[in-house]
Amino acid sequence: MTAMTMIEAIRDAHMVAMESDDRVVVFGEDVGYFGGVFRCTQGLQERFGDHRCFDSPISEAGIVGAAVGMAAYGLRPCVEIQFADYVYPAYDQIVSEAARVRHRSAGDFSAPIVVRMPTGGGIFGGQTHSQSPEALFTHVSGLKTVVVSNPHDAKGLLIAAIEDDDPVVFLEPKRVYNGPFDGHHDRPIVPWSKHPLGDVPDGHYSIEIGKARVHREGSDLTVLAYGTLVHVAQAAAEEQGIDAEVIDLRTLVPLDVDAIVESVEKTGRCLVVHEATLTSGFGAELCAVVQERCLFHLEAPIRRVCGWDTPYPHAHEWSYFPGPDRVGRAMRELLST
Amino acid sequence: MTTDRDDTDQPLRLRIPEPARGQHAPDRVRYISAAGEMQKPALDEKVERVALMRKQLVRVLDDEGRAVGDWAPDISVDEKRRGLRNMMLVRSYDARLLRAHRQGKTSFYMQSLGEEAIACGQQQALLPGDMHFPTYRQQGLLISADYPLVTMMNQVLSNEHDPLHGRQLPVMYSSKAHGFFTISGNLATQYIQAVGWAMASALRGGTEIAAAWIGEGATAESDFHAALVFASTYQAPVILNIVNNHWAISTPEDFARGASATFADRGYGFSIPAIRVDGNDYLAVYAASQWAAERARKNLGPTLIEWITLRVGAHSTSDDPSVYRPPEETEQFPLGDPIQRLRQHLEFLDEWDEERHVALQAEVDTQVNEAFAEADSHGSVKTGDVGSARTMFDDVFAELPRHLREQRDRVEELS
Repeated sequence: MTAMTMIEAIRDAHMVAMESDDRVVVFGEDVGYFGGVFRCTQGLQERFGDHRCFDSPISEAGIVGAAVGMAAYGLRPCVEIQFADYVYPAYDQIVSEAARVRHRSAGDFSAPIVVRMPTGGGIFGGQTHSQSPEALFTHVSGLKTVVVSNPHDAKGLLIAAIEDDDPVVFLEPKRVYNGPFDGHHDRPIVPWSKHPLGDVPDGHYSIEIGKARVHREGSDLTVLAYGTLVHVAQAAAEEQGIDAEVIDLRTLVPLDVDAIVESVEKTGRCLVVHEATLTSGFGAELCAVVQERCLFHLEAPIRRVCGWDTPYPHAHEWSYFPGPDRVGRAMRELLST
Repeated sequence: MTTDRDDTDQPLRLRIPEPARGQHAPDRVRYISAAGEMQKPALDEKVERVALMRKQLVRVLDDEGRAVGDWAPDISVDEKRRGLRNMMLVRSYDARLLRAHRQGKTSFYMQSLGEEAIACGQQQALLPGDMHFPTYRQQGLLISADYPLVTMMNQVLSNEHDPLHGRQLPVMYSSKAHGFFTISGNLATQYIQAVGWAMASALRGGTEIAAAWIGEGATAESDFHAALVFASTYQAPVILNIVNNHWAISTPEDFARGASATFADRGYGFSIPAIRVDGNDYLAVYAASQWAAERARKNLGPTLIEWITLRVGAHSTSDDPSVYRPPEETEQFPLGDPIQRLRQHLEFLDEWDEERHVALQAEVDTQVNEAFAEADSHGSVKTGDVGSARTMFDDVFAELPRHLREQRDRVEELS
């Protein structure tokens, strides 16, 4: 075990994956010589050479399109989109190509690529450096979508994603790169070195895609969360003195339905939280799953706390962000219903 | 900001390219060189010098059927006859499947009438292991690679023997073994993928090259430009084909070309050598493809080729070109018909005659008809012989996840 930030854990996952399989290539904007604007690929080019890790032109469609072609050749590209907000030019390549190649060719070709991207807000990034577009990917058949919340999982899941035979969209909440942000932006940052999930196993290990994790055990209510909101939900529960069970979904597709059902049947109450906009967000899918499978165990209507249906604001970031106050209030309301 | 607006300023005007109907068809092919006129550049010729040829056209076959000039390829008579046969097979195949559409046996079809030389000629110039990233009008690539006609037909009919299990629109073939990447219905996506594939070959120290295909209309898509940036930046071993058949459904080439003189002009800004080639001249197609392939194999980077041809038929069976295209266009098209021109050349060489041509036509028609009879015996999407609906869940992922398993069970409960 080594104490790592999420950035170091992601870097280490690249190192391990590239070491064990020389078909793994890493590229994207600024990822080669510089090592990425968030430093997640730092040292890869130096260690593996510029035929394994290199810079690309500023063209997201080009990055993902080239990755699809490389995968057809037999490589396993792991590419970085500098911010999830920049992924839209590549959307056609992800949705119509990477996600569909295996199906439309009946397995003749496949696209085992990983598209990594920093997601979410809380860094004063304004509307073009703060979005959480996970629902745009979970709605697409043929894609796996992972959202990580801590260094331990980030390493294991990234290795699993690179080794996966299908395309994986890998979302890294940038606000938790350096510490488990609980939503209190006005308090000092807690570093990962002081958190148990900052302890990262050495060498190769992977976490199965499609498995959730119980982040905090509890009996009063279930919070379904992923990414930054896992830590916010934990803080809210502790501040409110509510014994909430916080499920870190980790993978949105395929979804760990059993983990959800088990927890909601136990607590009888369910709160769904995410940073992305409310309407047609992944939370709506979670509500449907809980309603379909746990209705007769529910003692109160399911509630959602999400980002507002506005562009992510710069000056009003903390009014937009579903912080511990909003989450805690929803918990109290849920328990009083 | 220095002054106020002046009332005497001219109002701005937007140029909307004119529809092609009413134009004289011969005028629509710009810059036609005589056969043999355009010189063949050295493989490593400076891109600036190749760019000086931007308004020329590589042509080998002259009006008498002679192969002239330094682009005339050194290929055997047997190879030429094989090219002729492949083109005739493609044309016969297309005709049979168009008829199948009229007979109500398939939902959709797209023919390549008039463009057969380009795919057939390029395929003959490449090697097994190279990979094409085609559009929907390169059936000649598969047919020239001896892909079984009956398998292609099963795909078009979407029957139980369709290797793609009825998942794709007719003509969206796929065969890795034949160097043919799965066709997407979304335009231009394959162009940058071809560059990526070529980059992978070079990253791995392979010897295989890629060929990207696009129609002139789809060059307006951003993926085309991404592909050129990547191909130029990394000097990828790729042939960048633009098939200029003058029609993007109903819009003439002007809409994608803009105010540039030619589509080959697109290459220079990326420092990619680009040439224009008579796409209805099989020998020019072979020679230019071979030149570009050799450049790629010698690590001299990408080559862009604008193929001048004519979409003689409709865009697809869903299209009615009589509304928008001049009726005399095919007849007046100055580059003729690719099959007739190669036939004329072989006859000029005294290696072909009417009798042999009629016999070959009968042979390819028989081959096509026999293949179609076999494919038709398996039924089609129209007769409901489409295999089990449960197969739609296969290959969404390598392994079926739980939610798809549950949905597949539901389909079976309902059936």
